[in-house]
Amino acid sequence: MTESLYRRVLTFANARLWQLVHIDILLIGSLLLLIGGGLFVLYSASGQNVAMIERQVFRFTVGLMVCLVLAQLPPKYMRRASPTLYIFIVLLLLGVLMFGVGAKGAQRWLPLPGGLRFQPSEIMKIVMPMMVAWYFSDKALPPSFKQIVMVIGLIVAPVLLIAKQPDLGTSLLVAVSGIFALFLAGLGWRYILGAASLAPIAGYTLWQVMHDYQKQRVLTFLNPESDPLGSGWNIIQSKTAIGSGGLYGKGWLEGTQAQLDFLPESHTDFIIAVLAEEFGMLGCGLLICAYLLVIARGLYISAMAEDNYARLLAGSLTLTFFVYMFVNIGMVSGILPVVGVPLPLVSYGGTSIITIMATFGILMSIQTHKRAI
Amino acid sequence: MSRQDQQFRNYRQEQRLTQHRVVAAAIFVIVLVCILLARLFYLQVIEYDLYQTKADDNRVMLVTDPPPRGLIYDRNGLVLADNRPIHSLTVTPERVEDFIGLRKELSNIIEISDSEWENFDSRLREYRRPYQSITLKSQLTDEEWARVSVDLYRLDGVQVEAQLTRYYPYGEAFAHAVGYVGRITANDLKRVDQQAYQGALFIGKTGIEGFYEKELFGEAGFSKVEVNARGRIMSQLERQSPVPGRDLHLYLDARLQQYAYDLLGDYKGSVVAIDPETGGILALVSKPGFDPNLFVRGISVADYSTLRQSKKLPLFNRALRGGYPPASTIKPFMALAGLEYGFASWTERYFAKGYYQINPDGRRYRDWKRTGHGWINLERSIIESVDTYYYQLSNKMGITPIHNFLSRFGFGRSTLLDLNGDSSGLLPSNEWKKAKYKEPWYPGDSVNVGIGQGFMVATPMQIASATSALASRGRYFYPRMADKIGDDAAQFEGDLGGEHDIILKDQGNWERMVNAMRKVITDSLGTARRLQGTKYDIAGKTGTGQVFSLQEDEEYDSEKLDKRLHDHALFIGFAPAKAPKISVFAIFENGGSSSKPADLSKKLFDAYLYGKYPPHYDYLKGKGND
Repeated sequence: MTESLYRRVLTFANARLWQLVHIDILLIGSLLLLIGGGLFVLYSASGQNVAMIERQVFRFTVGLMVCLVLAQLPPKYMRRASPTLYIFIVLLLLGVLMFGVGAKGAQRWLPLPGGLRFQPSEIMKIVMPMMVAWYFSDKALPPSFKQIVMVIGLIVAPVLLIAKQPDLGTSLLVAVSGIFALFLAGLGWRYILGAASLAPIAGYTLWQVMHDYQKQRVLTFLNPESDPLGSGWNIIQSKTAIGSGGLYGKGWLEGTQAQLDFLPESHTDFIIAVLAEEFGMLGCGLLICAYLLVIARGLYISAMAEDNYARLLAGSLTLTFFVYMFVNIGMVSGILPVVGVPLPLVSYGGTSIITIMATFGILMSIQTHKRAI
Repeated sequence: MSRQDQQFRNYRQEQRLTQHRVVAAAIFVIVLVCILLARLFYLQVIEYDLYQTKADDNRVMLVTDPPPRGLIYDRNGLVLADNRPIHSLTVTPERVEDFIGLRKELSNIIEISDSEWENFDSRLREYRRPYQSITLKSQLTDEEWARVSVDLYRLDGVQVEAQLTRYYPYGEAFAHAVGYVGRITANDLKRVDQQAYQGALFIGKTGIEGFYEKELFGEAGFSKVEVNARGRIMSQLERQSPVPGRDLHLYLDARLQQYAYDLLGDYKGSVVAIDPETGGILALVSKPGFDPNLFVRGISVADYSTLRQSKKLPLFNRALRGGYPPASTIKPFMALAGLEYGFASWTERYFAKGYYQINPDGRRYRDWKRTGHGWINLERSIIESVDTYYYQLSNKMGITPIHNFLSRFGFGRSTLLDLNGDSSGLLPSNEWKKAKYKEPWYPGDSVNVGIGQGFMVATPMQIASATSALASRGRYFYPRMADKIGDDAAQFEGDLGGEHDIILKDQGNWERMVNAMRKVITDSLGTARRLQGTKYDIAGKTGTGQVFSLQEDEEYDSEKLDKRLHDHALFIGFAPAKAPKISVFAIFENGGSSSKPADLSKKLFDAYLYGKYPPHYDYLKGKGND
């Protein structure tokens, strides 16, 4: 009985029809599960703001369209376009530094005609692994030392440009997405261990180049009680929200921390705390399971992809998505410093939804464009 | 890499390599997810209680509801300390983002003085709990209130609060008796229940307001409310109503008090009137006074320094703390001491020269009457206030009997039941002088004390209280302000009814002394004969206190000096002499002749006993007299 149900699901998922329209039914299914649950939480976190929900749904719609359009694009075209895209975005990043506009002392956006703004660093999160995957697409793996140095150069250039905006969170994520591709390409374990042992030095260097407000965040992370009403407020309140949720939570719309505004940024970066308060550990577990479904499918697509380019790209995009989630939940629950990373597909906000949905479009394209063997 | 090379690539192996890496990554993902789950488990299950409590502490705030303060009434039901509703402009600093902008906005709407901003700024720096509002401008006029209310919606953190404030309708004449409330300071908070005083605007500082703080304050009410992160109250969870403070009914007679204050004229001085039948204080005057209303909401620096720097010391409570030589008003007590211990008798005759010498060649202690009074007895020594009689009497007695006897009347100690800060004066003794000057007591010291000079210092309250004991023929009640607290008679620790009564070996001496004091007025040589012509008998005793020395820091100024060197003029008296209803002590500082306090006392007797007030005191009648 169970087995036949399982079989039927698999058959349905692999049905030729879905293959033809380039939709991966398992991936899109788990994404919609995640998005639907997220909207539920957002409704509570936004203070039952229907207009906000509508805007978010609109973004998901756009994101879904971007996803489906990209899914139609065969990976070989993506591969060909990769270096051009990379150079184009690096130039745009240079442009941001020269002509960028922004808020709170950071320049992150390029002004577009019609009052629109555009954040090239966001796109770099996709283009970076594309570039690394392209670089390895016609080379034998594992990479040679020379190749590794080359790739690191490709990674460091845009990362420095983004860090200079300054946007430490995004620059780290871009770096990570490139490094994942390198890792999947078979970067030797001795290099990985060597880099890990260099981490303290890297940390120190990073500390030296950090801005005061960034250092403050790290200090606050280490001891939030040192400034309970100032920069420590967020983390103290989010831990309180999470902890007071208990195993089963206080109930939907019943979280006092969230509903009485003690929780800052409750509908954006700290939305997981709302979920944790109102649905408890159980709710958090379910959310994480939904993420794991998406990630598992992504890794499966990567493992089953037909060439190096597709494998490296799919894998690093999936792992970057995971890092998003891990960093966000880690910072809100107080095991990582606060670095302004939204919870993917759940936090309220524009650009990241589109980028992430684009990521899954690429994954679906890789999965559905395989030549029949 | 060339095309040829690619042909030798082992695609299968490369795929397996990547697949292994994907598996490694999956393990990496699972490990990190486990860390996250462990963290959530730690926060949500292990530390659940801690965060549950924290979340409740966040949202539930205990709001104190200050009770209305009890009113203070005089004996006729006139309100001496009232509560009045006012509207104040307050600011919650936590809700203000831009103080400079707010300052600009507000000054466009109403006028806020620099000193009000200064007060606000200094309170901003003091300890306060978060989201507690600070008063920026109190007592808004109706127009100001209306103008602010219109713009309130766009002024974040600004609100108009309705509050009850203390108001003293009769101002300066009552400042020293009733006292005042003032803004609570960090020091005040140390001695009261801090929670109860949350939200209270002021606390009793001096006088009755200070002493009866607990009764007048009542019990604060509490409400548990749910607040949001900006301190806005979202809902009420629990509430306990405040218990209003209890009203105080004083013995004080407001009309008499105001009258006495006015009768002091431009002189500094003090008047204390006591009901000998109860010890209740009918009037407690220290002139000059000040407007106690200035202190209620926190006095401005300018106003305070004006009061502080005034040479007339308006803030100094002369009635309780002023140390004066009792001068000749001590003579009736001295005479009774002589009789009590057998150093004097009513019949014994004494020849009063113009001076007294302890040794034939010693210093001459002069009588106020240079020519002397001739042959006199004890009674005449009172009537004519014969100094030499008391020189010899006190020299015979020595300081110990004097000390013992006078202390029974309350000299040299504090007997006041319900006001704080009274001075105990100084009733000298052998031991005191040894301790203070490391010198023995000399007969000359006794001689000076005999006419209420020398080391002896008493406060108006003490002399008035001793006079009251004399008037009631030894029934001695410790002086008190409060008659009733709410509906209950005021009870005092240390108020032991008859236990303080002064019993003489010959109780007939009381009546005889009162008679002698009546003759101070009725006798043709009496020192207060100007008080003749009342329908009732007055018993009294005059006094003229010498002013010895200038204060060190005073500059020489002949005109001022003269005035400063004028004698203090004193009078004690009570009426009607047979069954006294009122006893009075009055002192005019540098008043010169004792006729001034004597006249004042007579007017107070007329007023208190027969209601003979000048017409403009009618407004102080109180509801009891309506």
